[in-house]
Amino acid sequence: MSRWQRRRLINALAASVVVLCAAVAVAVLLIILGHVAIQGLPSLNVAFFTERPLPPGEVGGGVAPAILGTLEMLAVAATIGIPVGVATAIYLSEYGRGNLARAVSFTIDLIAGLPSIVIGVFVWAWLVRNVVGQYNGLAGGVALAIIMVPILTRTVEETLRIVPDPLREASLALGIPRWKTILRVVLPTAQAGVITGVVLSLARAGGETAPLLLTALGNQFFNLDLLQPTAALPIQIYNYARSPYADWQAKAWGGALVLITLIGVLSALTRWAIARRTRVV
Amino acid sequence: MSSSSHVAHVAESVPTEPAPAPPRHVAQQAMPPEQAPADQGGPGMRARDLSAWYNVSRKAIDNISLPVAANHITAIIGPSGCGKSTFIRCLNRMHEVVRGARASGAVELNGQDIYAPDVDPVRVRRLVGMVFQKPNPFPMMTIFENVVAGLRLEGGYKHRELEEIAVRALRQAALWDEVKDVWKKASGISLSGGQQQRLCIARTLAVEPTVILMDEPCSALDPIATYRIEELMVELKNHYTIAIVTHNMQQASRVSDYTAFMLAEEDRIGRLVEFGPTARIFTNPSERRTEDYITGRFG
Amino acid sequence: MAAGAHAALTPALSPTAREFGSGANRGDRVFEGVVSLVAACVPLLLLGIIVLLLLDALPALVRFGGTFLTQTSWDPVKEEFGAAAYIYGTVVTSLIALLLAAPVGVGCALFIAEYSPLWLRAPVSFLIELLAAIPSIIYGLWGFFILAPIMRGAVEPLLKNSLGNVPVLGALFSGPAVGRDLLVAGVVLSIMILPTITAVSREILRAVPDTQREGMLALGATKWETIRKAVVPYARSGIVGAAILGLARALGETMAVTMVIGNSSTQIRPSLFTPGYTMASAIANQFTEADKEIYFSAIVSVALVLLAVAAVMNIAARLLVWRVARGPGAM
Repeated sequence: MSRWQRRRLINALAASVVVLCAAVAVAVLLIILGHVAIQGLPSLNVAFFTERPLPPGEVGGGVAPAILGTLEMLAVAATIGIPVGVATAIYLSEYGRGNLARAVSFTIDLIAGLPSIVIGVFVWAWLVRNVVGQYNGLAGGVALAIIMVPILTRTVEETLRIVPDPLREASLALGIPRWKTILRVVLPTAQAGVITGVVLSLARAGGETAPLLLTALGNQFFNLDLLQPTAALPIQIYNYARSPYADWQAKAWGGALVLITLIGVLSALTRWAIARRTRVV
Repeated sequence: MSSSSHVAHVAESVPTEPAPAPPRHVAQQAMPPEQAPADQGGPGMRARDLSAWYNVSRKAIDNISLPVAANHITAIIGPSGCGKSTFIRCLNRMHEVVRGARASGAVELNGQDIYAPDVDPVRVRRLVGMVFQKPNPFPMMTIFENVVAGLRLEGGYKHRELEEIAVRALRQAALWDEVKDVWKKASGISLSGGQQQRLCIARTLAVEPTVILMDEPCSALDPIATYRIEELMVELKNHYTIAIVTHNMQQASRVSDYTAFMLAEEDRIGRLVEFGPTARIFTNPSERRTEDYITGRFG
Repeated sequence: MAAGAHAALTPALSPTAREFGSGANRGDRVFEGVVSLVAACVPLLLLGIIVLLLLDALPALVRFGGTFLTQTSWDPVKEEFGAAAYIYGTVVTSLIALLLAAPVGVGCALFIAEYSPLWLRAPVSFLIELLAAIPSIIYGLWGFFILAPIMRGAVEPLLKNSLGNVPVLGALFSGPAVGRDLLVAGVVLSIMILPTITAVSREILRAVPDTQREGMLALGATKWETIRKAVVPYARSGIVGAAILGLARALGETMAVTMVIGNSSTQIRPSLFTPGYTMASAIANQFTEADKEIYFSAIVSVALVLLAVAAVMNIAARLLVWRVARGPGAM
């Protein structure tokens, strides 16, 4: 084989390998999603969404407390995380100069890179062991908030930066104070991006298990008292998966399907919102 | 048109053995400026009805036919957007690298059509080299490695042979004296702009192409660096066929033997307006539009 | 992500707007104060995390000192705590993950950036990003119920039979293959970190200027030669950064790992078929069982080690990615 032919062969081979890599990645994704769908679908019925778990070994019941618990803790996370995240994003985008801004920006990335279990240990030490004294849903919500904030801040910050300066200057030139300019002009313009950030960060937080194991612990019963251990869907999936009961294992898949569908729907919505925004602006 | 077997032959004529020291191209007799360059089957390049698109709807140039004489410099001038870069990039089949781009027509190199269906563009580019507007040495390679980058693709050279070829190329590019102390240590981008461009020229020369295309090679450089490269071009034309795109008319009249003037009308498709010996184009153009451009009435 | 930190150093408003907006109005001062205060909570939070973890870990660190990192015996009853086995498990599973995910991940990035037709780019990127959106617990579920049986039934016996008798290397594939071990955990992790490596590498490849590709092509290079000799060397440190980011993600993963790694045995054995722990899975598993102060303290120490390693890797990775984004002059 001449050198030239060998070069051509290697070129063709390389192209095949690269295409293969992409194909493998996509195939793995489809396989995993496929399994979740196939295994999970049979478990989904009305009872699944409305009833609480039955004693071990008994068939039936549902994971309603877990769904409720997840929603409760996400609400807590949102109540803390959205103001903090948006405020930090505004600070970085509109006021960010000097050492504090550098520290904030650096730290945001660092916290985003922390393993979620480490955050769980921290919140446990702070809220479970000291402030409240027992595992509780509030601590779970706080842990999720800490996970939310870096994602939300970065997304919103990028969006705010894209808002053109002439818009700010026009508002200021009319005598509108800066703080009103930010709240009434800049933020609304960046609306779609903010919503995207909120939805994405909530979706990410909603799937987290590890920090909740150490804070909310989980609960078989409906619980509206955030100072008590609270159930969460990921925890329920985890516990059911490890159990020896076929019914519970099937419910674990069902829970996984619900979780992934939720995340998928939210991601699709944000993509649609982004597409809408780029078309309008 | 030439048959495909001839093309394969031409493509294979690039030696896989290392080239001997003197350049392979015999200097042609200087042609009387009035005569058109050698026609069908002769040396040099010739574009025939060359058209090019950027995607299905965006046509860039239309039916351009013009010769690029061997051992002469042909300049392609025209206002921005007239398609001259597109045209020259068709000459080494770089145009089609952009996804969705294509070309039609023929471009003959030594009589063989490089757009024939079984011609591999990769082989064409070894025979038709290109120097770009912004110098683009490879930053992760030393000066030496940059110069022999093309040779290493072919492979089969011993280290000493590479060194010899590199020294010769750097001398031809008038860069050797400036880099000989550091050429194996310094990175390609440690040089000044003008030096980097001469490095890129040396890199192109090292693989000994038949034709050297230059796409506005001096527009990113200062006047002194520009002058040195123009000197270089005139030197090189004795051994190579050169085509240069330039928006600088003084440069075109200084260095080139033949000039082609291109223009894009309202449809933004570039066409050839006039072609001829440089002296005539600049003193006595036949087309009104050429005259308008030369005298600065537009563009 | 890296651009965010960089961009924070540039002023947000033009001089005119800043002059107009600076300080005169009381509302402005209050607003700026509030927003700055909230933002300041972020570094405060990080500080709080580090301090609180340190305080709780102190008893164990003081008592065991450096041996905490080197001893393998983890015995709550005898109050001996050494995390070496956990560190070993973390390192091994993460390395397996990197070895599998890095080539495939960079391959995917090359596909998207260099080979894919335009219309296929967005869908493929999207699908690979979807892998990142799947929660860890679902990977654990799938790994536990689907992958582990396949590993135990087919893959591990295959490895054992083909490579088990090779000198030196064979030790990796010795012993009973139960399907709940370091290898399976490594494989699951590799799927999880693939999208990270792909996404970052893709951005890095996009940052390589086209003039580099053109320069190599013009010399008569094939597409692969262009990638290998011009694009990848230019992007090299960024791709290393992408790999480190992937690695950082791997060593912090908890749920997927804990479901397939076996969570038993604190012995360090060469075989990949042994069950074990990673630092993260150890914390998750033993946290609720900790009854003594020193037990708690030991677990928090493990968390502290995790935090330190994750932080260092993240910083290193971002520095490398920045360098490519800034251009060749910065190298």
